[in-house]
Amino acid sequence: MRTLALLLCIAASAAAAEKESKISDGVVKIGVLTDMSGYYSDIAGSGSVTAAKMAVEDFGGKMLGKPIEIISADHQNKADIASNTARKWFDEEKVDAIADLVSSSTAGAVMPVAAEKKRITLLSGPATTAFTGEKCTAYNVHYTYDNWALANGTGREVVRQGGDSWFFVTADYIFGKSLEEDTSKVVKAAGGKVLGAARHPSPGTTDFSSFLLQAQASGAKIIGLANAGLDTVSCIKQAKEFNITPKQSLAGLLVFISDVHALGLDVAKGMYLTTAFYWDLNDETRKWSKRFFERQGKMPTMVQAGVYSEIRHYLEAIKAAGTDDADAVMAKMKATPVNDFFAKNGRIGPDGLHRHEMYLAQVKSPEESKHPWDYYKILKTIPAAEAFPTVEQQNCPLVKK
Amino acid sequence: MKALFGQLLLGLINGSFYALLSLGLSIIFGLLNVINFAHGALYMLGAFAAYVGLVQLGIGYWPALVLSPLVVGVLGLLIEVLLLRRLYGLDPLYGLLLTFGLTLVLEGAFQQLFGVSGNPYPMPAQLSGGADVRFMFLPWYRGWAVVVSLLVCFASWWVIERTRLGSYLRAGTENPRLLQAFGVNVPLMFTLTYAYGVALAAFAGVMAAPIYQVSPSMGSNLIMVVFAVVVIGGMGSIAGSIITGVGLGLVEGMTKYFYPELASTVVFIIMAIVLLVRPAGLFGRER
Repeated sequence: MRTLALLLCIAASAAAAEKESKISDGVVKIGVLTDMSGYYSDIAGSGSVTAAKMAVEDFGGKMLGKPIEIISADHQNKADIASNTARKWFDEEKVDAIADLVSSSTAGAVMPVAAEKKRITLLSGPATTAFTGEKCTAYNVHYTYDNWALANGTGREVVRQGGDSWFFVTADYIFGKSLEEDTSKVVKAAGGKVLGAARHPSPGTTDFSSFLLQAQASGAKIIGLANAGLDTVSCIKQAKEFNITPKQSLAGLLVFISDVHALGLDVAKGMYLTTAFYWDLNDETRKWSKRFFERQGKMPTMVQAGVYSEIRHYLEAIKAAGTDDADAVMAKMKATPVNDFFAKNGRIGPDGLHRHEMYLAQVKSPEESKHPWDYYKILKTIPAAEAFPTVEQQNCPLVKK
Repeated sequence: MKALFGQLLLGLINGSFYALLSLGLSIIFGLLNVINFAHGALYMLGAFAAYVGLVQLGIGYWPALVLSPLVVGVLGLLIEVLLLRRLYGLDPLYGLLLTFGLTLVLEGAFQQLFGVSGNPYPMPAQLSGGADVRFMFLPWYRGWAVVVSLLVCFASWWVIERTRLGSYLRAGTENPRLLQAFGVNVPLMFTLTYAYGVALAAFAGVMAAPIYQVSPSMGSNLIMVVFAVVVIGGMGSIAGSIITGVGLGLVEGMTKYFYPELASTVVFIIMAIVLLVRPAGLFGRER
């Protein structure tokens, strides 16, 4: 009889515990879906996975008594692989949220799948502005930066600093063209002139000299690089070789600290860029970044820092909501401002766009750089309201007017 | 007009790189009948050998120009002796598959080691800067690259077409068995030829290092065009690959001036036309 009572007791308390915990499947599982070996593996890749793991460890590794797990996969920058992996993760692996999704094609493929299954996407890396505009979903957060912020930050501020005539060297596909178009608008609105553009095939161009000579011949004060990754790096390198810089200045529209590191300061010096994060901003960023450096051997890019911050914010939201139910968590994430080393008083709007401060930076010369990875001069902190489009400008169909 | 001259000069620079790379491919195909798909990866290896030499051992550009092709050439030697040799006499497709696999392994390994963004290789101090040649600013280094590439190409052509050693090579292309019967060590000749072709690729890699980023994908970006050059010039034709390399560089330069959008495709259009009209290539012979 005593044994039976004891068993009943245990059963009852187990049932109560089950009721108390609102964590589905008994685990909070976050998938980092990123480019592990391709073009973007240096800006995201294994560094994003490290950042995600750090976020979980710093949170304590447990959520309301249940474990938190990070898994990762390589999407190879292919939309079909990304959406298939996402489906498998949601259906079979009990994944609650997918983070990173660098490169817009993969993010665009995964977002609708996640929305259909009521799971959350946390974008850090893709740039397409429409993800919180006409393609917005109710379960998406676009966290780190978008094309609008890049174009505005660099375009407007560089014109303000006196760079009022522009020539673009543009990657000849949708990303480059839309970045060129967005930036042109901003430059013109700020009172600058656009003198022309040279479009290069991408990827696959290794020699940019002929495009750069056109830019040189235009006499523009600023050469805007509407490309990314290796293309940008080669452009910068060859601009120096052909004596284009420093007579004309380069403005990189999407430049990461890993690119500057790959180029070396002697080549990259003087270039303007917009970034969401720099490791050497203040004590908080330095502290976190040094921890990251110890594990990864490189300073974090803005994408990787964004992955950490978005996962922390997501976990805090689950804790506050007391459940990992996607609707409740999304509501909590949007209601709570982001305050950590990455963002101060960042706000996630009803369209899913995380609006936070951005920074206009200029690459230091080797003489100005005092220690390893001392690469940027921060010229200006761009307030969130100026850096990102308003909810009205975004035209997200979910937001009722 | 000024811009056209500028583009033509740039075309000449690119063309001399094409020539250097396609020459190696051509020599290897001509004698070994192997389509060396690993050529791009070995070019990348040459650049990395120079980079690692500089960073780890402090070996500068000038010694690297000799050492790096030597190191990569020895690797080529090993590839030939250990792997390629086993495929002679089989369909050339097997050689292609093997070298393609090698490319994937090499590129993957270097991506793992060095990341994708690549590493900077400084311009040698003696050749930084440049001169204003009226219609454009010509960096000294690019001028140097053209002269050296063309010299190396010409020297290779001269050795193969005009010397006794070259006559053995050409005889080996025609009829290796007969040549062996005359007492020439044909297998050794094959090994050294492959090593030489590979060393040429590595040499081009060192030449390219200060201009481009030293990155794992630098070879695969270039190799497609170089293969087109070899096909247009005629597989295995030495002079053909040199002339076509330089010529296509110039055509590309002109395209960039007149119709830039076509610049990346024009080589392949020419290839298609040449294959229709002369399937063996401009300088090739029907077998």
